[in-house]
Amino acid sequence: MLSHDLLIVGGGLAGLSAALSADPGLKVGVISKVHPIRSHSVAAQGGINAALANHPDGADDTWEKHAFDTIKGSDYLADQDAVELLCRRAIPAIYELDHWGVPFSRFAAGTIAQRPFGGAGFPRTCYAADRTGQVLLHTLYEQAVRHNVTFYDEWLVTDIIVRDGKLLGLLAYDLAGGEIIPLRAKAVIFATGGYGRIYLRSTNAYINFGSGIGMAYKAGIPLKDLEFVQFHPTSLYGKNILITEAARGEGGYLVNAKGRRFMEDYASKAMELAPRDIVARSIQTEIDKGNGFEDQYVHLDLRHLGREMILKRLPGIREICLHFAGLDPIDRPIPIQPAQHYSMGGIDVDATCASPVEGFFAAGECACVSVHGANRLGGNSLLDAIVFGKIAGESASLYLRGGPPEAGGDGEMEETARALMSRMRSIHERKEGENVFQLLNRLKRLTSDTAGIFRDSPTLRRGLDELAELREAYRRVFIYGTCGRYCQEMVVFVEFEHMLEIAEVILLGALKREETRGSHFRTDFPKRDDAAWLKHTIVTRSEKGPAITYRDVQIGRYAPQERKY
Amino acid sequence: MTFKILRFEPQKDEHPHFQLYRHEPKPQDSVLEALKDIRDQQDPSLSFRYSCREAVCGSCGIVVNGRISLSCRTLVEDLASDEVVVEPLPNLEIQKDLIVDLKPFWEAYRKVEPFLQASGDVPEKGHRVAERDMEKVFQYITCILCACCYSACPVATRDERYAGPAALAKLYRFSLDPRDDRPFSALDRVDGPDGVWGCDTVFRCNDVCPKDVRPADGIEGLRRKIIAGKTKRLFRRKP
Repeated sequence: MLSHDLLIVGGGLAGLSAALSADPGLKVGVISKVHPIRSHSVAAQGGINAALANHPDGADDTWEKHAFDTIKGSDYLADQDAVELLCRRAIPAIYELDHWGVPFSRFAAGTIAQRPFGGAGFPRTCYAADRTGQVLLHTLYEQAVRHNVTFYDEWLVTDIIVRDGKLLGLLAYDLAGGEIIPLRAKAVIFATGGYGRIYLRSTNAYINFGSGIGMAYKAGIPLKDLEFVQFHPTSLYGKNILITEAARGEGGYLVNAKGRRFMEDYASKAMELAPRDIVARSIQTEIDKGNGFEDQYVHLDLRHLGREMILKRLPGIREICLHFAGLDPIDRPIPIQPAQHYSMGGIDVDATCASPVEGFFAAGECACVSVHGANRLGGNSLLDAIVFGKIAGESASLYLRGGPPEAGGDGEMEETARALMSRMRSIHERKEGENVFQLLNRLKRLTSDTAGIFRDSPTLRRGLDELAELREAYRRVFIYGTCGRYCQEMVVFVEFEHMLEIAEVILLGALKREETRGSHFRTDFPKRDDAAWLKHTIVTRSEKGPAITYRDVQIGRYAPQERKY
Repeated sequence: MTFKILRFEPQKDEHPHFQLYRHEPKPQDSVLEALKDIRDQQDPSLSFRYSCREAVCGSCGIVVNGRISLSCRTLVEDLASDEVVVEPLPNLEIQKDLIVDLKPFWEAYRKVEPFLQASGDVPEKGHRVAERDMEKVFQYITCILCACCYSACPVATRDERYAGPAALAKLYRFSLDPRDDRPFSALDRVDGPDGVWGCDTVFRCNDVCPKDVRPADGIEGLRRKIIAGKTKRLFRRKP
């Protein structure tokens, strides 16, 4: 049987960062359902935050100020000790990335360039034009090649095998081979990314089903703060491709159909550079009030930045507009609307990335430490993936140094693999049933309609009722495909089960949380309520369904205050 | 509309064959969106690669009506044709339907040592790099490793040992980077017919590159560097 000391699931930034920081003496494997450089990290555009203080306007920036902005941006739900760790480690992390080959844009002095981003007091966001995610992912992959990391490309992990609280290993569907294969591991790091594609409109890659989060939940690992879903203010109308916050950081305006820079009414100081929850809500409010174009979108206007600036700083955005909207942002404003973008919540881990199950770690978007709380600041997700990916690799190595007992259980793992295969076959042998792609579309509509930017109790309850129906329908699913190799239907079939769990935990957490905080806006409870709700939602799967408990937020030197921008 | 899609399951079929599907795409639909709809609504057994759907992940290189391109960025209406013929990238083995085996492409990539080799420890405040020098590599870092150039290259087609445009352009990107300290001898491995001298200079790579990387510029650049380096060596040897 395939056997590793450490298996890392996910080949995006967090997974590769973990692989590079793991003890080189360990037998490490990285499993990814796509080739690692096809991971969604590649699509990040605007940048990565670190208080380098390279910009003249940010000469007295410090990691403490970065921490404060992050905590305030999180609407005080982030754990302050974890945020401080993130912001402190950001600075050496950027220099290391630079040393590994990330081609960061430069200032005239030759230092790493920094640009303004939303919710930040200083220009703090390091970047490479508007292709920051791409250069980071490619660079980490290059370093992984240099260090001969073992990859299982195009393998989809389907199950975590835990027996009596002890981790045995994983099952994976090898897409090219068409088989379910057990892999033994003493430690596992999940770096499986977000679940954007359970929503109808998402900036995420088509592959972002987030099944890693649901899989961990199914294996008995709690989920934290899943009701906090980030909607990015500016996705290209129609295709919902991300239009980076850097477009506003470089000076772009948001304009409604009346020709007004409407952010004046919502965040008169920060204007377009208020945090994402506030800007997304403002745009949606304008559209709902009838101030949008075709009741669907508003304009992001870059024309006043001039041709040269757009070509130099935002070439990728121009390319996206030319190819996917047939317009040139040098001459015309970009039609934009909010779309699901990021998950603040995720697998419950502490600041060492450890979960309650021994040997199981998680990092990046699938995990919740929590450093983003109720709303993540732009430029902090790449940072989270890099820093906590690294920490996860270090923590897992430390755990393995203690010499965890040989897991064994080969027979049990093989049996579980066989059981999954025969379940597939029995579903395939059905003569009729539900088409899984159609169920997926129903789920997307459901989450978009009931757990979107604005929420209230009756709608969330309806969401939960409809979800129960969908769960029933999934029991009747049948697989049409006749071939087991490269079978996307099988991928969706496997992942869909986990997506149902994710949707339920989002809806349930959102229903119970009777307040408004960050991205979670309850129209029936429109105020933040620190007395009752300054706490994390923890959901654990039980025989009787989801069991909810709450955990206090770690408050440090920054006392919660009203959030004004 | 008719979609004529190449199908092949090497474990069952003797030869690839075309299968016809009737499908009416929505306005502005990409070929990728059309393929997904056909799969979801008509034939879940149809296999093809995709991920980001915004031309940055490099998964979906494909041939549409004879042209190599990314399926996510090719809009059906722009084809101005009632028939859309979809085939896998040429010159690579088909694994299933539109999915090809990129092994030779990745092997070539690995061979050039595609990673920055900066000597010493991480400088305390980062490397100092002139803005203009950093921007010189920007042309090459837009490469998404989609292998469109590799499969279009006539040299790679006839000689599997040839490194191909993407890998060579990648090496050039590092040789341009002021932070890179690889010795000049690192270019020796591409100083031959499997490397920069294999290029036919017909520029098919530049034509098909969806990101305007112009990989042939990189091959040209490496040739110049190699010649300049050799000339320098020659003079240094003289007393």
